[in-house]
Amino acid sequence: MDRPDIDASTRALIEPFNKKSLEITDSTSFTDDLEFDSLTVMDFVAAIEDEFDIIISMNQQAEIETYGQLVDAVVKLLG
Amino acid sequence: MTDLFSKFDDIIEMRRALLATGVEDPFNLVMERVLSPTVAICNGRETILLGTYNYMGMTFDPDVIAAGKEALDLFGSGTTGSRVLNGTYVGHREVEQALKDFYAMEHAMVFSTGYQANLGIISTIAGKGDYIVLDIDSHASIWDGCKLGDAEVVPFRHNDIEAMEKRLKRIPEGAGKLVILEGVYSMMGDIAPLREMVGIAKANGAMVLVDEAHSMGFIGPNGRGVAEDQGVLDQVDFVIGTFSKSVGTVGGFCVSNHPKFEVLRLVCRPYVFTASLPPSVVATAATSIRKLMHVHNKRQHLWENSRKLHAGIMALGFTLGTATPQSAIIAVIMPDLERGATMWEALLHEGLYVNLARPPATPANMTLLRCSLCAEHTADQVERIIGIFERAGKSAGII
Repeated sequence: MDRPDIDASTRALIEPFNKKSLEITDSTSFTDDLEFDSLTVMDFVAAIEDEFDIIISMNQQAEIETYGQLVDAVVKLLG
Repeated sequence: MTDLFSKFDDIIEMRRALLATGVEDPFNLVMERVLSPTVAICNGRETILLGTYNYMGMTFDPDVIAAGKEALDLFGSGTTGSRVLNGTYVGHREVEQALKDFYAMEHAMVFSTGYQANLGIISTIAGKGDYIVLDIDSHASIWDGCKLGDAEVVPFRHNDIEAMEKRLKRIPEGAGKLVILEGVYSMMGDIAPLREMVGIAKANGAMVLVDEAHSMGFIGPNGRGVAEDQGVLDQVDFVIGTFSKSVGTVGGFCVSNHPKFEVLRLVCRPYVFTASLPPSVVATAATSIRKLMHVHNKRQHLWENSRKLHAGIMALGFTLGTATPQSAIIAVIMPDLERGATMWEALLHEGLYVNLARPPATPANMTLLRCSLCAEHTADQVERIIGIFERAGKSAGII
């Protein structure tokens, strides 16, 4: 799976959590723009993990602030 | 200069706004006199205590108090040293033996608090490159232990067996795995499906740590906790517990059958770099633990209290954290912090103390009035408590 495919799947997964229907760009911030709280983060990460069959540990999540960084991280985890 | 305290501004404002409503400060209560495990003088009023972790009412047990006084006379007020230097007295060995007997396990290690037990054991056994899989509603001491140890931390939705299993199966081959669960989750008072979860953890090659802080003494045939009650204690690698709840004093511990367990006394920093418990504390703890092996009637009465209070408060129309009573904790869910604080104050004015639990300590940002029962609460006290909830609930406009 290449980056555009991963981007498309991730974009679909974020929709139920995008309460304010923001336009998602690579620089969209999960805390500042999407206003995710810790429980939302857990549910969203679980959705991503289940889709791609990967683990994104909390240590790795701490490095991910924006949508673009998330897609990059998934690309990297899928090797 | 950047004020390092500016990060607390939201909390300062939340507290200011709450107190501006004129409510009595829920986080500044003073117990002026304690008359028994269930009654104290709080802010000048005689008050029924329904928000302590004194589940078995051991704090005023005559044998426990006598043991503490004797140890004060014989060994002095404190050890002034670490367990691994000058801080291991005969009493520390005796309380560890009492724990080994209580749990029928090979090893027991006593810490100065329950918080330190989780902090120390978790951070020491799960280090960089290891994976910790844990419930999202885990206690702060568990989270802090994860952070201190630098392992990869993978949480799953509360009590979700399938979510836990999926995460375990995705951990890279060969990595060390620790699953952390609690017997009773103290905010809602619900128990974990340990039979299924522990089985799955072991099948996936993980070690299992279960925090039984809120179950010791009254859950399970021998009071060893939820893992014993569900028949999986023999598969649990580490049980964490505390002296500050059913045992009735302060301190924390880990019991285990791991053959190399004793090495932790040398490598566990929250054990090594802190003063050991005072002799009077370990003497009261040892006496209390030994008595907790033979308290079947008290256990039964505590369960009667729990069932009666749960049914009574539910019948009044309150929303509770669990559909059935699962432990000695009954969580009453409040619509929001302001009305929760109003209700808490109304209860206090009627002579009843419960815990007001608020975000971020609570799951899903709920405000809870958390009631914890004691085996020493009489049936009459439980009746009065239900009456107080009815009057306070009506005056606060919750029911």
